[in-house]
Amino acid sequence: MKNFKYSVADSLDSAKTALMERSNCRIIGGGTNLIDLMRENIEQPDEIVDVSRLSKQIQQLDDGALRIDAAVKNTELANHPKVRENFPVLSHAIVYGASGQIRNVATVAGNIMQRTRCMYFYDDAAACNKRVPGSGCDAINGINRGHAIFGTSTSCIATHPSDMCIALRILDTKINLESSKGKRTVDFADFHRLPGDTPHLETDLMPGEIITSIDIAHSARGSSTYRKIRDRSSYAFALVSVACILSIKDEIVEDIAIALGGVAHKPWRADILESYLRGTPATEGRFKEAIDREMEAAVGFKHNEFKIELTKRTIFSVLSELKTEENSK
Amino acid sequence: MTLLKKVMERVLQFTPEKEPDPLIGEGKYIGKAMKRVDGVLKVTGQAQFTAEYKFDNIAYAALAYSTIAKGKITTLDTADAESSGGVITVITYKNAPKIGKPALMDPSGGSSGAMAADIPVLQDERIYWNGQPIAVVVAETQDQADEAVSLIKVEYEEEKAVVSFESELPNAKTPKDVLGEDPEVKVGNAEEAYEKSAHKVDHVYRTPRYNHNAIEPHATIAHWESDEKLVVFDASQMLYAFKNTFAKMFLIKPENVEVLSPFVGGGFGGKGSMWQHSILCVAAARAAKRPVKLNLSREGVYRIVGGRTPSVQHVALGANQDGQLEALIHHGTTQTTEYNNFAEQFSFPARYLYNSKTFDIGQKVVHTDTLANTFMRAPGESIGTFALESAMDELAHEMNIDPIKLREINEPKSDPLRHIPFSCRNIVQAYKVGAESFGWDPKKPGSQSDGKWRVGQGVATAYYPYYRFPGKAKAKIFSNGTASIQAAAHEMGMGTATVQLQHFADRMTLPIEQVSMQYGNTSLPESPMAGGSNQTASLGASIEAAVTALVEVCIKAANKSASSPFKGLHAKDVDIKSGGIYGKETDVGCSFVEILKLAGVDELEAEGASGQPFEMLKHSMHSYGAQFCEVRVHSETGELRIARWLACFDAGRIINPKTAESQFRGGIIMGIGMALMEETIYDDRYGRVANPSLAEYHMPVHLDIPHIEIKYLNIPDEHAPLGARGIGEIGITGAAAAIANAVFNATGRRIRELPITLDKLL
Ligand SMILES: Cc1cc2nc3c(=O)[nH]c(=O)nc-3n(C[C@H](O)[C@H](O)[C@H](O)COP(=O)(O)OP(=O)(O)OC[C@H]3O[C@@H](n4cnc5c(N)ncnc54)[C@H](O)[C@@H]3O)c2cc1C
Ligand code: SF4
Repeated sequence: MKNFKYSVADSLDSAKTALMERSNCRIIGGGTNLIDLMRENIEQPDEIVDVSRLSKQIQQLDDGALRIDAAVKNTELANHPKVRENFPVLSHAIVYGASGQIRNVATVAGNIMQRTRCMYFYDDAAACNKRVPGSGCDAINGINRGHAIFGTSTSCIATHPSDMCIALRILDTKINLESSKGKRTVDFADFHRLPGDTPHLETDLMPGEIITSIDIAHSARGSSTYRKIRDRSSYAFALVSVACILSIKDEIVEDIAIALGGVAHKPWRADILESYLRGTPATEGRFKEAIDREMEAAVGFKHNEFKIELTKRTIFSVLSELKTEENSK
Repeated sequence: MTLLKKVMERVLQFTPEKEPDPLIGEGKYIGKAMKRVDGVLKVTGQAQFTAEYKFDNIAYAALAYSTIAKGKITTLDTADAESSGGVITVITYKNAPKIGKPALMDPSGGSSGAMAADIPVLQDERIYWNGQPIAVVVAETQDQADEAVSLIKVEYEEEKAVVSFESELPNAKTPKDVLGEDPEVKVGNAEEAYEKSAHKVDHVYRTPRYNHNAIEPHATIAHWESDEKLVVFDASQMLYAFKNTFAKMFLIKPENVEVLSPFVGGGFGGKGSMWQHSILCVAAARAAKRPVKLNLSREGVYRIVGGRTPSVQHVALGANQDGQLEALIHHGTTQTTEYNNFAEQFSFPARYLYNSKTFDIGQKVVHTDTLANTFMRAPGESIGTFALESAMDELAHEMNIDPIKLREINEPKSDPLRHIPFSCRNIVQAYKVGAESFGWDPKKPGSQSDGKWRVGQGVATAYYPYYRFPGKAKAKIFSNGTASIQAAAHEMGMGTATVQLQHFADRMTLPIEQVSMQYGNTSLPESPMAGGSNQTASLGASIEAAVTALVEVCIKAANKSASSPFKGLHAKDVDIKSGGIYGKETDVGCSFVEILKLAGVDELEAEGASGQPFEMLKHSMHSYGAQFCEVRVHSETGELRIARWLACFDAGRIINPKTAESQFRGGIIMGIGMALMEETIYDDRYGRVANPSLAEYHMPVHLDIPHIEIKYLNIPDEHAPLGARGIGEIGITGAAAAIANAVFNATGRRIRELPITLDKLL
């Protein structure tokens, strides 16, 4: 790890100024991702500014949305009564992630901004376009069991590793950003990017910008769940995960929102599946058809071909489970 | 087996049986579930591990590793690293102190050397594997050393390397030997017998590379007290071999080297051989002229400490109508390097477990340009039982009989290949007790479910041989009534000191509070390595020898006084009882304290040496077990969970149920990891480990492990010291096969390649 300067931001303004004025300066939340990457020499900031002591509130807005400050810890968010009551899928997704110790220090913004776990990204002896643009991608013809099946490019096939973000993707989430130039709000859907030929650009965050909070509201109502499939019972990243809200009335899919984790460079909303099912009979046959349509765009690589079948089965399992739950209401 | 050993084995068959150790029964302490003597020290952080020792003026080292598998360094620019903050020196092959030829580890248990591979340590520009240390940075702090490593610039001239195990299989060769045994064994014409068999199974099983992940990463502290005198703290399973290796490679006298390793945070074979960091740390201390500490990072352990070889194993079993084996064929290939030539002994279980009319057993190896493979908990038996015990299950299924019954039918009365008696073998009973307690009742494969989970039971034999090595110990008595035992033994968490204190207290007939043990450094009498689950039996024998020698010394010393009760008596005429020495016939004698008074001294001591392990040649000595488990497999997602586990072991006398059960359980947990998730992911294009971290190399978490019920028969082995055979490794054996067999029972699908990840069950 390279030597670096460290300071604690006592206000949002001081953090914004630091980011703007100092070269090669980064902000840090819980540090559970950034520090690991610095230890591996993948991130090499000269200076880091700690924003984990800035505001950590969770408040209800007038329109019913919940505003969660960027420095709120993952554990706090998962345990918050309002979240557990109104957005249980978010609580579930968070507690399926990482470990208790990591969630106790990891922040909301840090979780959103965490970087891929691609093994070649972590090994500075490997070729990786994300780490060194233009150097190539060792994963495409290498070991790619954990890699993406949707939205990949010839430059990069990495996934976004977050669980929390998969749940945020089916909530009506907005990200509030600030820099010394001003404020803006972006849809969560537009925040993470696909790799294209610039896999080193992962989000819509501009230089100097800070995530200050996120707002979550419901776009869909009904029964919800988060299902994570992984190589051990706990403390492993998703091979595939599914966040889903489903409401069924009189045997008809009234509303559905579904997003997939472990399969793409960004939280993957299954739009095709949703629109195929919305307003139509909630039968297992139609579930299967909808899944097949969604999965048509999936492309596997040498070691992750199985993810296509696994994703199909996991979505089906989730839909059947939620259907049973809805029918028993 | 060498010719000499074979002749000895024959000759020994005609010698009378040795009297069993009088302590093979339950003692006052032996057999009791006693707490670990080092328990409080460990939970309160007072037990110091290598990296925790403090030295004045210590400097810190970090390693740079090669990123190619084979070739030459062409440029090595250390200027930026040298001028980086706090850096004391950067050592490369260009300026490294002279280091002698590696003193290689002796797999037969000798202490002449410890190095894992015959590769010069930092002496030239050659690269032998991807991950080889190419530079050592020594700095004032660890962070400064780490930072400077990242500033080293290196270029290579690459040569074509052979790194892929799979692609090298066609070039597999028969090794000279497999841990001293013949690589091939043939009895009758197995192929022909197989073809004619009424029931047959013939399959290929694969196991991946595995890496060592002891909780304590390897660490060394080296301190040159003078140019000729060296003190090293090192996490080691083989103290004396380490001492001799340092002496040879740094060209100093062995008596001028002291190696200390009071506590080791898990070894599992990974600290059995010496890896380059130990030598590099000593070299760095010499160059920096200061004590130097070198802690391997977790990645460092993956780069320079070997792991378990991958294997491809072919098992074919033929049986007659009654289930008796007509042919037992077990062949396979493992990986090794030209520089260590270690053929992992996967074929050993097939040599001892079953009767068969014919046998055809053979091992091959491929040589690759990779890090040397090494011992890892039950090397050989762990992966060998996966193949053999899966195949036995397949045969039982093919014959439609209970797999336990099939094993019973083929239970040999004596060693099936060596034709000598077993020392003590109660495997059938272990199965019986295990099956009853577990509720063994497998249903038709694929027929049981609980909601979306398919449920199945599996069983497999656990097997591990008995090893003992000669060693020494010193026993002492003191005028305050206490006694102590000394041996350069290793405490790696298994409870070595605890059980040997139980043993020593019973041997001396003293209260356990009055005895103590010193271990873990080379100023103490030479003890064999802690490996092959031998330490309990080996120390058992050397402590017995020391106590016998002490009796002789006591009698002699007491006899200097006119009032000695031992006039005319010898060790053979007396017994130790009630905390003293008394005539066998006469019951006349006195306590140890009185003996010291008679002798007019404050303490007496005697060193004893245990003899060669002839019992292993006279008898076929092994431990056994029956592993039972119940698994659940999700019918949609293939997720696999272990729901229940019970194992019943036949491992001789259990000296301490508490520490023993924890060894068995630990082995089983490691077996579950091996079966379900562990795998060193190797990029065959570069020969590089792609997952050198605990985040990506998956080992079981608590949620993966059910309650593990341990049973043991506790039948002492009359031919082993204390009646005890080793127990450290047997737990991992058979575990993977039991799981694969249960998966078959649950789903009707046979998984013959580890790890059994969910993609294989979709
Ligand atoms: C072993 C391990 C296992 C894990 N398993 C999982 C898992 O199963 N599922 C899962 O979802 N996650 C998992 N994680 C990842 C974990 O969730 C993330 O490390 C964590 O959420 C990051 O949060 P942090 O606050 O520590 O981020 P930091 O490390 O502090 O920062 C991460 C990034 O966010 C940026 N950042 C921080 N705050 C802001 C802000 N306010 N505005 C803009 N940018 C900001 C930083 O500059 C940095 O680039 C695992 C991590 C580890 C180490
Ligand atoms: S998949 Fe992306 S992150 Fe991984 S090596 Fe390729 S470019 Fe790098």
